[in-house]
Amino acid sequence: MLAIVALVTLPLVAALMAVVVERRGEWIALLSVIGVVIALSVLMPLVATDGPVDLVIGGWQAPLGITLRADGLALAFAGMAALVMAAVLVSARTLYGASPSEAETRGQWAFWPLALLLWGALNVAFLSRDLFNLYVALELLTVAAVALVAIEGKRESLAAALRYLMFALMGSLAYLLGAALLYAGHGTLDIGLLAARDIGDASGATGSRRASDIMAAGLMTAGLAVKTALFPFHAWLAPAHAGAPAPASAILSALVPKASFVILLRLWFEALPGLTTPALLATLGGLGAAAVFYGSVLALRQNRLKLIIAYSTVAQIGYLFLVFPLAGGDSYAQPWAAGAWTGVIFQALSHGLAKAAMFLCAGVWIIAVGNDRLSGMRGLASATPMTMSAFGIAGVALVALPPSGGFTAKYLMLTAAFASGQTIWAVVLLLGGLLSAAYLYRPLAMAFSRDDDATFAPVPRSLQVAPLLLALAAILLGLGSQAPFSLIQTGRPAAAAEGLE
Amino acid sequence: MTALLPVLILLTSLIPAAITFFLAQDSKRLRIALNLGGAVLKLGLIVFMLAEVAQGTVHETRLEFAPGLYLLLRVDALSLLFVSLSAFLWLLTTVYAIAYLRDGPELSRFFGFFSLCVAATTGIALSGTLISFFIFFELLTLSTWPLVVHKQNAKSIAAGRSYLSYALPSGAMLLVAIVWLESAVGPVEFARPVDFGPLDRTSQQVIFALFIAGLGAKAALIPLHGWLPAAMAAPAPVSALLHAVAVVKAGAFGVMRVVLDVYGLERMTDLGLALPLSVLAALTILWGSARALQQDEIKKRLAFSTVSQVSYIILGIALASPFAVIGGLAHLVHQGLMKITLFFCAGIFDERADIRRIDQLDGIGAHMPWTSVCFSLGAIGMIGLPPTAGFVTKIYLGIGAVQADALWVLAVLGASTLLNAAYFLPMLYRIWFLQPTAATTEGAKPNERPLGLIAPAVITAFASIAVGLLAASAFSPLALATQIAERQYLR
Repeated sequence: MLAIVALVTLPLVAALMAVVVERRGEWIALLSVIGVVIALSVLMPLVATDGPVDLVIGGWQAPLGITLRADGLALAFAGMAALVMAAVLVSARTLYGASPSEAETRGQWAFWPLALLLWGALNVAFLSRDLFNLYVALELLTVAAVALVAIEGKRESLAAALRYLMFALMGSLAYLLGAALLYAGHGTLDIGLLAARDIGDASGATGSRRASDIMAAGLMTAGLAVKTALFPFHAWLAPAHAGAPAPASAILSALVPKASFVILLRLWFEALPGLTTPALLATLGGLGAAAVFYGSVLALRQNRLKLIIAYSTVAQIGYLFLVFPLAGGDSYAQPWAAGAWTGVIFQALSHGLAKAAMFLCAGVWIIAVGNDRLSGMRGLASATPMTMSAFGIAGVALVALPPSGGFTAKYLMLTAAFASGQTIWAVVLLLGGLLSAAYLYRPLAMAFSRDDDATFAPVPRSLQVAPLLLALAAILLGLGSQAPFSLIQTGRPAAAAEGLE
Repeated sequence: MTALLPVLILLTSLIPAAITFFLAQDSKRLRIALNLGGAVLKLGLIVFMLAEVAQGTVHETRLEFAPGLYLLLRVDALSLLFVSLSAFLWLLTTVYAIAYLRDGPELSRFFGFFSLCVAATTGIALSGTLISFFIFFELLTLSTWPLVVHKQNAKSIAAGRSYLSYALPSGAMLLVAIVWLESAVGPVEFARPVDFGPLDRTSQQVIFALFIAGLGAKAALIPLHGWLPAAMAAPAPVSALLHAVAVVKAGAFGVMRVVLDVYGLERMTDLGLALPLSVLAALTILWGSARALQQDEIKKRLAFSTVSQVSYIILGIALASPFAVIGGLAHLVHQGLMKITLFFCAGIFDERADIRRIDQLDGIGAHMPWTSVCFSLGAIGMIGLPPTAGFVTKIYLGIGAVQADALWVLAVLGASTLLNAAYFLPMLYRIWFLQPTAATTEGAKPNERPLGLIAPAVITAFASIAVGLLAASAFSPLALATQIAERQYLR
């Protein structure tokens, strides 16, 4: 399928082009956005009606070759990523657009290839069916992401980038080790073939094989959790995301953790569903809950806008891990497991759109004020009403109030929690929502306070439109949730439909 | 047409809201035309719908989201009662707000959220399922916050903070109640009886308590009423709207829906929930009145009076006897008319004569006769003297209390009436019988213009008398309330 090829190769080719061709980065990026949007608009209706589409690269079937599969999960994330990238690339033109008269700065030269490279790696991570190929995608992603953090070359952002790199390498190492163990045991890393082996099914496996499988899964999970910034591996996230320039922060916070999360979903729901135990499900859920509370409390204590938004990502990622106890569990949960699974994906999508919108808002305000300290935000509501509304609307999605995509997510997850009798997760969802309202209220109220003496630098209107559109997309995800819901259902792994066990 | 009409009624406020946000501050005419046009159109559509529903047409619109999550707009007698009240008062409040705010700052933002707020209230009235109700209920919270903090000074920001810190947690409790209930019994539609089979008695009671806690913050039940007196930092039209049409009414309306259409009066009584609810309402009535007596700012006194008066509605429902229910339902409209009159007048006193405290009211009757007459009519209604709307409510509640064998309620009603008199009559005395002092006229020379400011107050004041005088006619709020209550007892 040409469209699948386009999804993966267009950003990568564009990244190469942007390196080669001077001062045309923004136009090359624009072209690749158009190409990817066309590819997605071909693929989405096709997959929604006919089911997942496979691309067997070079005609080599697994285990020899690598398969890319466009299923509902992959396309939903690729679609969200395309929206975010489009908005970010448009916003970045002001910051990194080349001017014909002056010499090109590092940012102007490096931003476009890095962002496009990251995008290509993301799409590979969403589409690929091979655990080693996924490792390569993750590494590409990490390299591009770390470079984006360091792009301004400021002292503190270099330190943040280094810390990010350390964590990410550790994560990669763990993942790779796990993948190697799995390969040694089963001779393949293709998700479909692994699934066919019913790994963990007690009848076939000997004791030592089972132990090595569990170790492999544990290592891979730990590695992916580090890259997703799950509590307690979140320490790298806030300085990196807050230290990067706003358009880069938007990509880093909205998209990058989602890639490793999608791989986690594929690992546990598609490749190794037989290995799960109630204790494992509860542990992952518990870490998610801890992330929700700890991230929120940290966000409440920050006095810089970008740090608040970054710690909010730590908290919001926590919700994603509730998928394990909610979509797993005993048989009573089964009719609701599908709802929980889809709800978590809605949460990831809604968070991506809203979080990118928020970082772009922060970018606008940094231009207007000069820094992102909360105390400097007085009077911004009157000075930049459009950005204010974007921030407010994105906040509605993050707090999961209706009618946003976040609300759809929360409703589905809450229903699953009550129906399966696991009210503890419902408590996490509700308190987490209230905490997020609390930490987002602080910048909101500050911007709403009147300050007649405040003067702000003018911000171009074009820079203010992108976050508003992203925030509205997060609302539309809730208002028009039917189409994305049924798209996500296509090719949904059997494990999610029946519960993990 | 039957599926379209509820949507059209919503759109009459949603579309003006969407456009108004993008208008420049100086496109005053377009803004006024949009808002008034929407309000008039909405009222027209509702009158048309009243006629249709009288012929037995069912209006229903369904919008699917994710499985189990759908928006249902459905028109029944209870929604008609609320939606006609809100549409009528909205038109008047819009006229008043235009005159009151004139050329103030951020008008496009204000009127955008103002219209959004109507849309949310209309949605609440027309919702046919619990989850639809919840969606509009939260939308109401979100759209009123910018109105409360409209002045953007420290006081109004603090008021907004207080509002959210009550509204958001209670919204969360409401969501828990809904999801808990629906995960056991399936989606709840108001038009369908709910099968409570899968839930044990304790769960049913806990869910009911969660419902009341979730709705109680907006309905200003103690101890969740703290935000309401603080919210009077908002501009007068917003206070009028908060107290009479939108927020507290949405809470009271929600309690009605839960009691009448989800649990049903009989189940509520069987579960032993009627008595606690009526005691809570009675305590709120007394506490609100007692606190009102202590205030020396006009708007604050009115705010505590609202705390007290809205609980008449809930008391009526909780007593669960026919007359009490009718009284409670009718008071939804009656209180709205009377309280909006009082807030309109308080706004005029403030805006035109710089009168904010009660001791500044001395002798103002001579200077501002229209405002003073309207204020007095509203106050007399609140006390419950015949022939006002308040009198009708209190008579019905009293008879209902006897029917329900709850004679203690008569004592509550009596005490509350005395308290009402104790905090309103001194104000009337000052207005009409004392000589003007320097404090009265220290502001600019008092006047009552423009017409947009005083006309809405006059209309609502006379409406509040009319619904009392004409309570026996076929189209009075009381008649509609009787119709709703009859369905409860006949089913």
